[in-house]
Amino acid sequence: MTTALSIKDLRKVYNNGFEALKGISFDVEEGDFFALLGPNGAGKSTTLGIVSSLVNKSSGQVEVFGYNLDTDASKAKCELGVVPQEFNFNMFEKVEDILITQAGYYGIPAKEAKKRSEFYLRKLGLWDKRDGPSRSLSGGMKRRLMIARALMHEPRLLILDEPTAGVDIELRRSMWEFLREINARGTTIILTTHYLEEAESLCRHIGIIDRGTIITNTSMRELLQQLNTETFILDISPAQSQCPKLEGYQVTLQGDHTLLVDVEKSQGLTRVFAQLSEQGVEVTSMRNKSNRLEELFVSLVDKTLEDTAKGDSDNE
Amino acid sequence: MSNRELFIAFWTILVKEIRRFTRIWAQTLLPPAITMTLYFIIFGNLIGSRIGQMGGFNYMEFIVPGLIMMSVITNSYGNVVSSFYSTKFQRHIEELLVSPTPNWIILSGYVIGGSVRGLLVGLIVTVLSLFFTDLYIHNFWVIISVVFLTAILFSLGGFINAVFANSFDHISIIPTFVLTPLTYLGGVFYSITLLPEFWQNVSQINPILYMVNTFRYGILGVSDINIGVAYAMIIGVIVILFSYSMYLLNTGKGIRQ
Repeated sequence: MTTALSIKDLRKVYNNGFEALKGISFDVEEGDFFALLGPNGAGKSTTLGIVSSLVNKSSGQVEVFGYNLDTDASKAKCELGVVPQEFNFNMFEKVEDILITQAGYYGIPAKEAKKRSEFYLRKLGLWDKRDGPSRSLSGGMKRRLMIARALMHEPRLLILDEPTAGVDIELRRSMWEFLREINARGTTIILTTHYLEEAESLCRHIGIIDRGTIITNTSMRELLQQLNTETFILDISPAQSQCPKLEGYQVTLQGDHTLLVDVEKSQGLTRVFAQLSEQGVEVTSMRNKSNRLEELFVSLVDKTLEDTAKGDSDNE
Repeated sequence: MSNRELFIAFWTILVKEIRRFTRIWAQTLLPPAITMTLYFIIFGNLIGSRIGQMGGFNYMEFIVPGLIMMSVITNSYGNVVSSFYSTKFQRHIEELLVSPTPNWIILSGYVIGGSVRGLLVGLIVTVLSLFFTDLYIHNFWVIISVVFLTAILFSLGGFINAVFANSFDHISIIPTFVLTPLTYLGGVFYSITLLPEFWQNVSQINPILYMVNTFRYGILGVSDINIGVAYAMIIGVIVILFSYSMYLLNTGKGIRQ
């Protein structure tokens, strides 16, 4: 299988001395839907900035579909589409002109660019806005415009830096559908997001970066299998004044109608229901306390934090 | 990129630049037309009639080439400095940086775009000047070549200013405190032969003097300086500014973190 993106020993030290990337390496295979996650300031945007040629690296190598970004930049850039986190188009330009201009930067003739812009503007629900200035678009429309712009030269690798930030639920889900569709057509997608539900729903592989280091790089399935304990919220009836005792489970009563139950992977839920039933408690509804990926993400990042703190105290 | 693709990328930047300054024509094309008309009326007609001859021509005839050149200089410089700085400020420079468009095409697109505005304003001012005086053509090719080279030189200057600028204040400092004094002292309104010898020598280090005089030579056939030296100086400065602009683009100064 072809490697869509290969990053080797990538390091970035900013002018103020801050080391944003400490020699990270990872590959993304062709056709993948890859999530690059991490807390704020972890190095996600720096990584994507270097891949997009917006940030100068300090050392290391980046290859896009085998084309080295240092020695074969033109070919590498042709394979790459970028949807940045912040709006970065000319607010005074017409919507359609923004797309046609972007195509021109890739050497695409105006006639072909016009055809493609119509396709993507229709596909992303912006066709009616084509003649208006881009500043008149809503936040969600501006995000979709940036996606359309990134696709104008039909890249094989699409990078999206928090594409659904500030977008309402309905629009977010329609964007997910669109991204799934282009991924199914063969476009490799790399996504950063703070909505872990989004990453879990869309992505097949995941890399977690924290303080400039990749702490996990695996398939979503394998990662989720690492989750040992899940917390479930059970709405119960009748009201309870004391927390019911469930043998083998950690239980907390929240209010008088809600139980929080920690369930280990090996335990299952059947015995929870059985024990509650024996005590005359009926479960009226049930849900996860948080998204599974979110629980793992927090535990992995916390673990790195503890390891770093331990290392620091050992050094002292 | 193939040659055809490179041309499309260049043409795209050029068209975008032309579209920008024609969209805001009231800020870009109209003000120099009004300002220069006022210069023609006040300095040419009202004051000029009392000054008499300058360099063997009446004062209006003498200042028209300088005023045309002044418009070309300020508009070429102003177009690139404001356009490229806005591109940085609004961050849509990123559209170009992620694309395969090579840096020399980016630079050429902006510089030619700025030159087109400079030349267009120069043409407008030339047409307006015909309402006040007759224009001679002593050497057509000198007129065309020097005005074009001057527009390129100052577009490159505007580009370098924009790369270093971190605020809108920074894009007006050079035009106000460097360009305007150099233009006024560059022989637009007077022949340097009127100056004492010391100030004549000082004036020789003002590059604008060479451009204004070469242009005036093309129109009137008179010049305070050697035309060959002027061409060598203009082309030399263009080569230096182009090389430095390419260095700035290649290292990402002001545009890449």
